[in-house]
Amino acid sequence: MKSAVIVFPASNCDRDAATALTQITGKPPAMVWHGDADVPGDTDLIVLPGGFSYGDYLRCGAMAAQSRIMRDVKAKADKGVAVLGICNGFQILTEAGLLPGVLLRNAGLKFVCRPVEMTVEESQSAFTRAYKKGERVRFPVAHGEGNYYADEATLDRLEGENRVAFRYIVNDNPNGAARNIAGILNEKRNVLGMMPHPERACDPQLGSTTGRPLFESLIQALA
Amino acid sequence: MKARVFVTLKNGVLDPQGKAIGHALNNLGFGSVGEVRQGKVIDIELSEQDQAKARAEIKDMCEKLLANTIIEKYEIELKA
Repeated sequence: MKSAVIVFPASNCDRDAATALTQITGKPPAMVWHGDADVPGDTDLIVLPGGFSYGDYLRCGAMAAQSRIMRDVKAKADKGVAVLGICNGFQILTEAGLLPGVLLRNAGLKFVCRPVEMTVEESQSAFTRAYKKGERVRFPVAHGEGNYYADEATLDRLEGENRVAFRYIVNDNPNGAARNIAGILNEKRNVLGMMPHPERACDPQLGSTTGRPLFESLIQALA
Repeated sequence: MKARVFVTLKNGVLDPQGKAIGHALNNLGFGSVGEVRQGKVIDIELSEQDQAKARAEIKDMCEKLLANTIIEKYEIELKA
């Protein structure tokens, strides 16, 4: 599986993503600058990493969504290339229109930085096939704007089409997200956006390895 | 031509910052303060001199970048 990580000004989880991808896929990802025109043509997986792209100016993810490389990311997503947006990457995907809804300021107003427990809600996707439906996972979150919001009709549609991939455990929702949503898939199921960081849950030294199956799923699906 | 764009959250969208501002105003003794909503003001200078064209252009900017219309609404003021 060939992967690429997009690097925006003020991305800060690009290397975390690269480390996890290198360890799990055995190949370092291409690091692609936001001002570049194209992601390498043979890329199977594009990762939009966490961080504070463009200093969160205007709205988190709004500027990055307009950057040059995103035209090619959108074109490749339309062709079926897998795209994983983590944290700021999820915010960018919603601003770019690749995923519905938006990430609002955390309901508690505070930046939340801690491990959270989630359930895998959907195992029928290239990102989650190595998990069992209902399985518990534990990834860190680190965000100030992770409060997923969409209108009721959109939320009903996401649920009806089994596009909620990860959900926070009831009573442990770190940001007030609607229906405890932590991560969602697009209609074609080749784009996943999520606030928690699976790439930081791939090494036993970091306290959890429950993020590994996400990348192993992608290897199974795309290799 | 100068344009001023007001971007505010739609009714019904939770505004935790507005709520915090409201609490702070109450704590300062402004007891009559009810709900507070906060937003952004963006000033834009345009070389376009035609009002209608300028308004259409700003509207396009709002739809494409300045506002996220899932949660925000916008108002445009033009000054020659």
